[in-house]
Amino acid sequence: MTANRELIRQLQEELLPLQGFRPPTAGARVDMGLGPVAAAFPRGEFPTGAVHELLSASPEDGAATGGFVAALLAPLMRDGGICLWIGTRRTVFPPALKRFGIEPHKLVFVDLAREKDAIWAMEEALKCEGLAAVVGEIRDLDFTASRKLQLAVEKSRVTGFLVRHQPRSLGTVAAVARWRISGLASEPEGELPGVGFPRWKVELLRVRNGRPGEWIAEWNNEMGFKTIDHEQTICIPLFPASQNRLVGHPQTGAAG
Amino acid sequence: MAIRKPELRGKPVVLSAKERNRVVITAASPEAEKEGLFPGMVVADARALLPELIVVEDKAGRETRLLQGLGEWCIRWTPVTAVDGAGGSDGAGGSGAGGSGGTGSPAASGTPGAPERPDGLILDVSGCAHLWGGEEPYLKEILRRLRAIGYHVRGAMADTMLAAWAVARYGKGYPIVAVDGQAAALGALPCQALRIEPATAERLQQLGLARIDQFISMPRGALRRRFGAHLLHRLDQALGNAEESLTPVCPVEAFTERLPCLEPIQTRTGIEIALQRLLNQLCGRLQQEGKGLRTAVFKGYRVDGKMESIGISTTRATHQANHLFALFEIRLATIEPALGIELFVLEAPKVEDAAAAQTTLWSGSAGLEDNGLAALLDRLAGKFGTGVIHRYLPEERYWPERSFREATDLREMPTTAWSTDRPRPIQLLPHPEPIQVTAPIPDYPPMLFRYKGVLHKTAKADGPERIEREWWTDPGPHRDYYTVEDEAGGRYWLFRSGHYRDDHSPQWFIHGFFA
Repeated sequence: MTANRELIRQLQEELLPLQGFRPPTAGARVDMGLGPVAAAFPRGEFPTGAVHELLSASPEDGAATGGFVAALLAPLMRDGGICLWIGTRRTVFPPALKRFGIEPHKLVFVDLAREKDAIWAMEEALKCEGLAAVVGEIRDLDFTASRKLQLAVEKSRVTGFLVRHQPRSLGTVAAVARWRISGLASEPEGELPGVGFPRWKVELLRVRNGRPGEWIAEWNNEMGFKTIDHEQTICIPLFPASQNRLVGHPQTGAAG
Repeated sequence: MAIRKPELRGKPVVLSAKERNRVVITAASPEAEKEGLFPGMVVADARALLPELIVVEDKAGRETRLLQGLGEWCIRWTPVTAVDGAGGSDGAGGSGAGGSGGTGSPAASGTPGAPERPDGLILDVSGCAHLWGGEEPYLKEILRRLRAIGYHVRGAMADTMLAAWAVARYGKGYPIVAVDGQAAALGALPCQALRIEPATAERLQQLGLARIDQFISMPRGALRRRFGAHLLHRLDQALGNAEESLTPVCPVEAFTERLPCLEPIQTRTGIEIALQRLLNQLCGRLQQEGKGLRTAVFKGYRVDGKMESIGISTTRATHQANHLFALFEIRLATIEPALGIELFVLEAPKVEDAAAAQTTLWSGSAGLEDNGLAALLDRLAGKFGTGVIHRYLPEERYWPERSFREATDLREMPTTAWSTDRPRPIQLLPHPEPIQVTAPIPDYPPMLFRYKGVLHKTAKADGPERIEREWWTDPGPHRDYYTVEDEAGGRYWLFRSGHYRDDHSPQWFIHGFFA
């Protein structure tokens, strides 16, 4: 029995690189500060050099997603790396990024008119090894396009974030993980009145070879992520129908 | 004229223009001149002389435009071509040899005092003639091609521009003036060939000095006293003792490579090979001089006289031929070879010092200095235009829309730090959008607000943060910003525009979303 288990473990180890989980080279390992969230991934670490997909339905969630992405970019850009931010309708406010530990002048924004161009630009950017990360605000893309992005990062080891605001369809996308970040009411610090630190519900809807789950995370400007509560690990069947839906979004019927 | 409209060929044609309430002839075709018409004549008189005369209205600058076009076309023979009569006479610049093809009538015989009309082209052919097998075949080829198009041209070649000018217009013998043979060649020509003012020429003729050799060896002092310094200056220019400058049709860039083709190129493969060769030559030169180009223009001169060009620009000075080729490749399809391209020119108008490319020791990201990033941005700019790429630097201003500014290039670094002392939303709306609120006065955050039809109930709030408008540039009310969190956990940046007053309450706006 133990021999079988060992064999399965070995096979899984062999499969991971084929699925886009390559172990980071020595010295290139980045601590994202995600704490228990990282445990949901195979080998217990946040996969860099892969494409992550993030969904948001409302402007409030869009802002929460923007904050979460910025918080993830900070450690990736720590040693002077450059990030490209590609989109068609950019609303991110550069000076605010400083609060998430990013030097806003280290970001290069590419504002394109068409979604198609943005996908092309993102693919080109992901091929560029000199970048720390690439953020693409792309609403919809098909599997082939996402597969191209995945192939690009497998070669260049750049981390890509596919930020999808109000996507029309939620078909399969070749990304290593699908996240959904939504805003939660902040907790006041001690006795201080007013709005506290940003607090989000972090949902890992889908992760390759990992365990999807749901957490509450708070972002503190000085200390970084603080995972408040490991609410529960959702054990979902392999391909549940509900996985392709964005709850509370009316247009998701066409998913799949 | 006759080239554009073949039906005018062989008929007396004049160009006319209004001058002091009369319509006068500005140019006449050889057929018309034979009938005794001359420029400056009133059209009505000419019509009386020659009833079948065809009069075409002259447009200002017609010759200049024509010659400009011809000058560009002549770049196939030498990089420096100029329109005669259009350039100023100041500035230094020697010309080793000059060939001059005068179109139409041999001399500019405008009315006295009227500005000289441009009527010729000057080509600086230093070091070019041997490519066409010597001076004589070279000049013959130029004249043959121009005559084939249909122009009446005369040409000459000499060590000085003025000598070539004179021989082309007044010379009757061999058009190529030998080295240092200007004096001999000019001797038999009339004094007008020195391009002097008509009044001076008239006086010379009155004194019986109709030919240049009659006064060329006279004492300079005597000539100056009687005819002024201008004549002496012209003589010096003709003999090569004084400099004469020309204003090229296309200014020659310091970093230019040319590739003439034996056969006109029509295929894309051919154009690519030409581009590759030019890039290799240019990049080799740039590398030797420790420079890199920021902009480059690739031009193809077509057989039919048109010019096709594509330009690129780079974010950092570079001399990497592969990268530049990839940038050009995006646009290469826009070049139309038509009947073929016979000359390719690659220019680098903007060149900067380039640091030698360093190979990074480890494969970490090199930040903004990364070559890959520069190459990527060049590709994006080449495909979508430079306007799509933005990078921002902090600005010490509080007004949110002006708290940052666009960086001019990749190397520019912030002069002040990004401030974090005030709350700023991660998403900022392009324009503040009005909302309906229920807010207690005087300066409390709203209890309720309605944005896009959804009612939000305030749970927590911070503020106000008053931001004054920059009154020295734009007048208007200040803004009182509040950070508001609603019961659902959304965080908003709202502001009240201006003060409460007796008669009206100020408008509220939403300006952004916090993470």
